[in-house]
Amino acid sequence: MFFQLAWRNLWRNPKRTLILLTAVVIGIWAMIVIGTLMRGISAQMVRHGIATLTGHVQIHRLGYRADPVVENSILDPQKVTERFPGLLPAGTRWAPRIRVPAIAGNARHTAGVNLVGIDPLAEKGVSFIGTAVAEGEYLKPEDERSILIGKALADQFDTGLGKKLVLMSQDTNQEIASRAYRISGIYRAELEATEKEFVFVTLPAAAGMLRLGRGISEISLLFPAEGISEAAAARLRDTFAGTDLEISTWRQLLAMISGVLELYDGIIFIWFLVIFVAMGFGIVNTFLMAVLERLREFGLLKALGMKPGWIVRQVLVESLLLLLIGQIVGSSLGLLSYWGLARTGIDLSAVAEGMEYVGMTRMIFPVLLPRDALTANLVVFLLGLLVSVYPAVKAGKVTPAKALAGG
Amino acid sequence: MKMVLCRGLRKIYRQGKMDVVALDGIDLAIGKGEFVALAGPSGSGKTTLLNLIGGLDRPDEGEIHLQDQLINDMDQSRLAELRLRQIGFVFQAFNLIPVLSATENVEFILLLQGVEAGERRQRARAILDDVGLEGLYDRRPAELSGGQQQRVAVARAIVSDPAIVLADEPTANLDSTTGQGLLEMMKEMNEKKRVTFIFSTHDAMVMDYARRLILLHDGRIVEDRQKEGK
Repeated sequence: MFFQLAWRNLWRNPKRTLILLTAVVIGIWAMIVIGTLMRGISAQMVRHGIATLTGHVQIHRLGYRADPVVENSILDPQKVTERFPGLLPAGTRWAPRIRVPAIAGNARHTAGVNLVGIDPLAEKGVSFIGTAVAEGEYLKPEDERSILIGKALADQFDTGLGKKLVLMSQDTNQEIASRAYRISGIYRAELEATEKEFVFVTLPAAAGMLRLGRGISEISLLFPAEGISEAAAARLRDTFAGTDLEISTWRQLLAMISGVLELYDGIIFIWFLVIFVAMGFGIVNTFLMAVLERLREFGLLKALGMKPGWIVRQVLVESLLLLLIGQIVGSSLGLLSYWGLARTGIDLSAVAEGMEYVGMTRMIFPVLLPRDALTANLVVFLLGLLVSVYPAVKAGKVTPAKALAGG
Repeated sequence: MKMVLCRGLRKIYRQGKMDVVALDGIDLAIGKGEFVALAGPSGSGKTTLLNLIGGLDRPDEGEIHLQDQLINDMDQSRLAELRLRQIGFVFQAFNLIPVLSATENVEFILLLQGVEAGERRQRARAILDDVGLEGLYDRRPAELSGGQQQRVAVARAIVSDPAIVLADEPTANLDSTTGQGLLEMMKEMNEKKRVTFIFSTHDAMVMDYARRLILLHDGRIVEDRQKEGK
C-alpha cells in the first residue's frame, strides 16, 4: 500500500508531476545522446587517426620520430619483417613506407608536403590510401614516375590528372634530390588537411629519388583488433630489444588524440553532473512544494502512528517512482535517438574545417557504451534520491499538533 | 489502573511577543470505558488537552500517564508507536487520506501495525459495516458526504481496538441529524467494546450524550461531574 499511496500521491497534481517527469526524461535523454555523440566523435577520431598512415603500431629506427629524415631510416627492413610470422597475431597486416618531408611544386605553386613511398599492395589493407583514389588510378608496384595527390592539394596547385609535379627533398648524401612525377590519381580523405599533407609514390620511386637503397622509414602494422595493440607492441619490444628499433603504439603516435580520449571520460561525467544539477534543483523544488502543500497530511500520518522514518521513506518512494519512470522513458528515447542517428550519422561539414585541428571528421556516428548509459541512470537515480532527502526529512519532522492546526 | 492521568499540566504558546497560557495546572484522571466530554468556549484549552493526552504535543510542565506509562519523555518514535497501538483519533475536519478509498483509509492503521493484507481488508470492511457504510468501501473521501467521512474516521480510529479514542469536536462540521447519528454510533462502540472516548465540544447536544462532563475555562478545569448520558 506504501507504493500505492506514493503512486496516487504522485498523480494528485498531474501537471506538476508531468513537468518534473519531462525534466528527468529530457535530462536522461540528453545525457545518453550527447554521451553517444562524444563517444562517436572519439571513436571516429581514433579510427581516422589509425587509418591515416598510423596503424595500430609502427616500427621506426630510433631517432626517426624526433627527426624524420632519410638518415634515420631502417636500413635492412627484411631483417625486421622476417621475424613477424609467429610473432604477431593471425590476420595482422603490415606495410613498409618511406616517409620524408619534401617540397612539391609545379610552374606556379610550391608547398611543403610529406612524401610517402608505399608498397601499393601491402598498403591497401593497412591505411586509407588503398581505397581513397577518387580520380585516375591507384599506384602500380613498379611504377616509378606516378604520384597520387590529394584533392585539396590539386585544387591549391590548380593541377590535375596527367600533369607534372616536382618533388624535392634531401637524399642520403645530404644533397638536394628532385624528381618529376606525373599525377596518376587524386585521392579524397576525411580531412582536407590530410589531402594537402600527403603525396604518394611507390617505394622504388621514393628510394630511387632519395638514394635509399633498401632502406625504409617505418613499418606500419594493423592488427585484427585495436584492443591487442598494447600486448602486441610489448611482444615486439621484447623481440627487438637491444636493437636500434623503436616500437610505438598509436596512442604514442597520436598523442593529442590519446589526450583528448582520456579527457572524454572526465568530460562525459562532468556533462552528466551539469545536467543533473539543473534537474536536481527542479526535483528539490517540486518535492519541497509537494511536501509543504501536504504538511497537514503528514501531521495526520504522524498522528495515526507513522514514525518519522516511515514518512521520510514514503516521500522517498514517491521520488523513486518518479525517477524510475523518468529513467525508463528517458533511456528508451535516448536509445531510439541513438539507433536513428547511428544509421544516418550526423553531417558536420559546415563546421568541419575548424574541427580538423583536433582530427575530427565530417560525419559523426554515435557510439553507445553501456557503461555510459548506466552511469547516466545511476547519477540521476542516486543523486535524485539524495536531493529528495531534504524534502523527505522536512516531512518527517512535522509536529502533528501544529500541522493539524494548519500551522 | 487509570486510562489517563494528568498532573499539574501547563502549556504555554508564544504568539508574537505574548505568552498565551493554554493549560494552567490540569489534574485529571479518566478510567477505562468512560465516555467523557471536554467542554468549554473557544480558547479554553480543550484541543490542547486532547493533543497532550494523545502525545501530539508536549506539556511545558506536569505529567501525563496513559495506562500507567509516563508519555512526557517519550521520543517521537515511541510516541508514534503508542498512538498506533493504543490511541484512535477523530478530527473535526475528518482528515482522511484523500488518495485512499474508505476501506484503504481504515486499513492504513492495520498496515502500519503489520497486519497481513487479507485480514486487514476483512477487518476494515467489517468495521465499515458497523459504522453503517456498507457498500461504500471503494469510495474516496471526495465521493462521501461529511457525515460519511466522519464515520470512516471513527472506523479508522477504532479498527485496531485502541484503549482510548480522542475526538476533537467530531460533530462540528456536521448537521445536527448527522452529528446525532455519529454520537449514537460512538456511544454504541463505547458500550459494546468498552472503548474509552474523550471528545471535546461546545455543542450542547454532544454534551448531553456524555456520561462525564469536564468544563474548561481559560486553561483550567472549572467543573468535572458525572451525569446521565442520553
